[in-house]
Amino acid sequence: MTLARRRFDTLIIGAGGGGLRAALQLAQADARVAVVSKVFPTRSHTVAAQGGVNAALANVLPDNWHWHMFDTVKGSDYLGDQDAIEYMCRAAPRVVYELEHFGVPFSRLESGRIYQRAFGGQSRDFGGEQAVRTCAAADRTGHAILHSLYQQNIRARTHFFDEYFAIDLVKDDEGYFLGALAVDIASGEPLLIEAKTTILATGGAGQLFRTNTNALINTGDGMAMALRAGIPLQDMEFFQFHPTGIAGKGMLITEGARGEGGYLVNADGERFMERYAPNARDLASRDVVSRAIATEVREGRGVGPNRDHVLLKLDHLGADIVRKRLPGIRDMALTFLHIDPAETPIPVYPTAHYTMGGIPTDRHGQVVVPVAQGAEEPVPGLYAVGECACVSVHGANRLGGNSLLDILVFGRAAANHVIAQLGEQRYHRQMPERAAEPALARLARWERPGQGESVGALRDELARVMEDHCGVFRNEDVLREGLDKVRTLRERLQRAGIDDHSRVFNTARMEALELENLMDIAVATVTSALARTESRGAHSRIDYPERDDQRWLRHSLYNGADGSMDYKPVRMKPLTVETFPPKPRTY
Amino acid sequence: MKFSIYRYDPDQDDKPYMRDYVLDDARIEPGMMLLDALLLLKAQDETLSFRRSCGEGVCGSDGMNINGRNGLACVTPLKNLAQPVKLRPLPGLPVIRDLVVDLAQFYSQYRAARPWLINDEPCPEVERLQTPAERERLDGLYECILCACCSTACPSFWWNPDKFLGPAALLQSWRFLADSRDRATEERLDGLEGPFRLFRCHTIMNCVDVCPKGLNPTRAIGHIKELMVKRSL
Ligand SMILES: Cc1cc2nc3c(=O)[nH]c(=O)nc-3n(C[C@H](O)[C@H](O)[C@H](O)COP(=O)(O)OP(=O)(O)OC[C@H]3O[C@@H](n4cnc5c(N)ncnc54)[C@H](O)[C@@H]3O)c2cc1C
Ligand code: SF4
Ligand code: SF4
Ligand code: FES
Repeated sequence: MTLARRRFDTLIIGAGGGGLRAALQLAQADARVAVVSKVFPTRSHTVAAQGGVNAALANVLPDNWHWHMFDTVKGSDYLGDQDAIEYMCRAAPRVVYELEHFGVPFSRLESGRIYQRAFGGQSRDFGGEQAVRTCAAADRTGHAILHSLYQQNIRARTHFFDEYFAIDLVKDDEGYFLGALAVDIASGEPLLIEAKTTILATGGAGQLFRTNTNALINTGDGMAMALRAGIPLQDMEFFQFHPTGIAGKGMLITEGARGEGGYLVNADGERFMERYAPNARDLASRDVVSRAIATEVREGRGVGPNRDHVLLKLDHLGADIVRKRLPGIRDMALTFLHIDPAETPIPVYPTAHYTMGGIPTDRHGQVVVPVAQGAEEPVPGLYAVGECACVSVHGANRLGGNSLLDILVFGRAAANHVIAQLGEQRYHRQMPERAAEPALARLARWERPGQGESVGALRDELARVMEDHCGVFRNEDVLREGLDKVRTLRERLQRAGIDDHSRVFNTARMEALELENLMDIAVATVTSALARTESRGAHSRIDYPERDDQRWLRHSLYNGADGSMDYKPVRMKPLTVETFPPKPRTY
Repeated sequence: MKFSIYRYDPDQDDKPYMRDYVLDDARIEPGMMLLDALLLLKAQDETLSFRRSCGEGVCGSDGMNINGRNGLACVTPLKNLAQPVKLRPLPGLPVIRDLVVDLAQFYSQYRAARPWLINDEPCPEVERLQTPAERERLDGLYECILCACCSTACPSFWWNPDKFLGPAALLQSWRFLADSRDRATEERLDGLEGPFRLFRCHTIMNCVDVCPKGLNPTRAIGHIKELMVKRSL
């Protein structure tokens, strides 16, 4: 049987905000662009983003991109690349205005301008008073943005392959990326999509952890595809735990809830953030607030019969603010907890939320790899944007509201770079006869009759191991044991089987392929965490509690082939302004 | 807890059938949602197929017919459900497999509503202005998650899926008609003329009844009809 093939100028894998923003730019430039997504585009995880997107519009209080840049560098615990951060913060207002022009229903101020709210880690004048920088559509900003982007893409006639699952990237012997193999989920038929450039926009890997705020589809597929194609993963030890997931369940309560005036209390009713961050208090950076909550609970000041969480108080804000500014949060609390946050505080605990690490790229979204001893170089034909990429603008800790910004700014930047490239590359490179064979073999592997362990059981075990061994606080022994465990789990998966061998909408096979991806990401994460013997941002080592700029002001690179670590310098030099040198980080 | 679930795999089965499942009560925790139960049942029987993603009612993946009523599994509490819980695919659409329906028709009606902002005036350097009151008109409209619970509960949609746009698409029509920034009122209304696209709605209200986001397509349809009438005077 011959393999079906399609040809496009550009293939985008992923239809979240990152993929759709890139697609729109390309479609408007008349490039032939295909978007592949394993779910219908508006079901991508961007739809769940709540609080908003950062841009120094100064609609409420004075603000400028340079202050935003300072906060982002400081928030990253100085591990972010300052050229990329300058680029992102400068581009932010323009990107948000564009969204408004695309039809995003932002909430509005009395002046008619876009509503902005306070978020964590934001300051005026380089570390001064709280800034108000997060542009919001109530607490459904991700939904508003994703739907508007999808709508503009149908208007621009972008070609969508909805419910196609990408198996692996395809490249030739010289290392040029030529597209990807995907499978039509409904029919089970494989399809080889050839493209002059491929953009990965597959999102994060929150399903690594048992309790998480992420959708079930967030399994790090693109990162694992890159690893298998010989690309290292950068800074994987930095996984963000959001301070306020619903305790024990994981649904997110946006930082915007604290931005609107909510605050945290412990069992004594104490507003404990005052002790940990005297100035910013509840709006300190996420890593700081998550550690504070975990510490309160460890020291016995947790709330509830098991003293295992703290409370987020919103009841003092009044029913009006809660209904108007936080309607989604209110619905969620009513649905999952049967409480109205305008009357009763919400039980919360730090919850796995965001993958800071990912596929290394430059600020044009080009995937870059180290070359022998020299500087890094772009990989021909491959880009990555959004949560699957590591530009790196978030460094060791992402600020709330900066991810939606990241996906939009770099989705757009990557597309512009591709458009310039397409002008020079008129023809597709020859696809070698056997280029898709490894990807087809990966798919065929799950056709073997199921005998071994079940995929579902292994997935649950992985998520538990990651939670126990790679959580908010880490140390050498726990990580070392964790690494053994995840490696063993990965081997056990090779012997596992599935019972479903239908061609039609085979979700069991898809989940097996996703778990393979998660296993590789888990090993990358724990290996990187074990190697970094310092505490920085979201990576807190009890055995190495201090930040160590002498040794560790550098990015980690994990190699999939042999599980080894490599490092590269942080880009400390911004595009036009002075470097922000590392300083002790207090809030 | 007992379940009876619609099963059909065109690759193996001649015709659809209902299959019984039992979930050990010991595994049911307080506050569990139907989706949690389905995930546990899938661990028992990997071949059971359904869509799901966010688990919190925002992505619109897991619309299904639950004891005769359309809803999202992830926000349907288990404890209120009569047993055996009867699960069927959303009605009126071709079934791909088990609880997975083919939504092509639904999406094409959505596209036919031209759900994007149309305004060809030059864009300002900054945002277009909109007052809070103008913006408030979009509340209850823009939140739609395209779960298809409404359209697949609408008798007019069942009988004329190719001609009547259905409540979800019409809600989107009104979402843009109601937007102070949109300039395409006339074109949009032209597109809805005729006996079917809009006027097949007989105000049966099933759509309002089932919408998991508490939206009201019937009211939106009413507003469009009013505009049509005003225009014809
Ligand atoms: C609950 C929640 C709230 C958040 N709130 C905010 C906020 O207020 N502000 C903010 O800045 N950030 C927020 N974030 C973070 C932000 O939403 C995400 O980081 C961002 O949306 C990721 O976008 P993306 O385009 O990279 O990926 P996603 O939106 O995750 O999209 C990934 C896409 O890739 C596709 N895909 C993946 N694997 C495959 C495959 N194998 N084959 C085919 N397709 C595939 C998927 O189908 C999907 O279309 C929040 C995150 C969560 C979890
Ligand atoms: S009110 Fe109209 S759209 Fe809604 S179910 Fe009835 S006929 Fe359908
Ligand atoms: S209107 Fe409600 S029921 Fe209909 S598609 Fe939208 S969210 Fe679903
Ligand atoms: S899983 Fe997303 S709406 Fe139910």
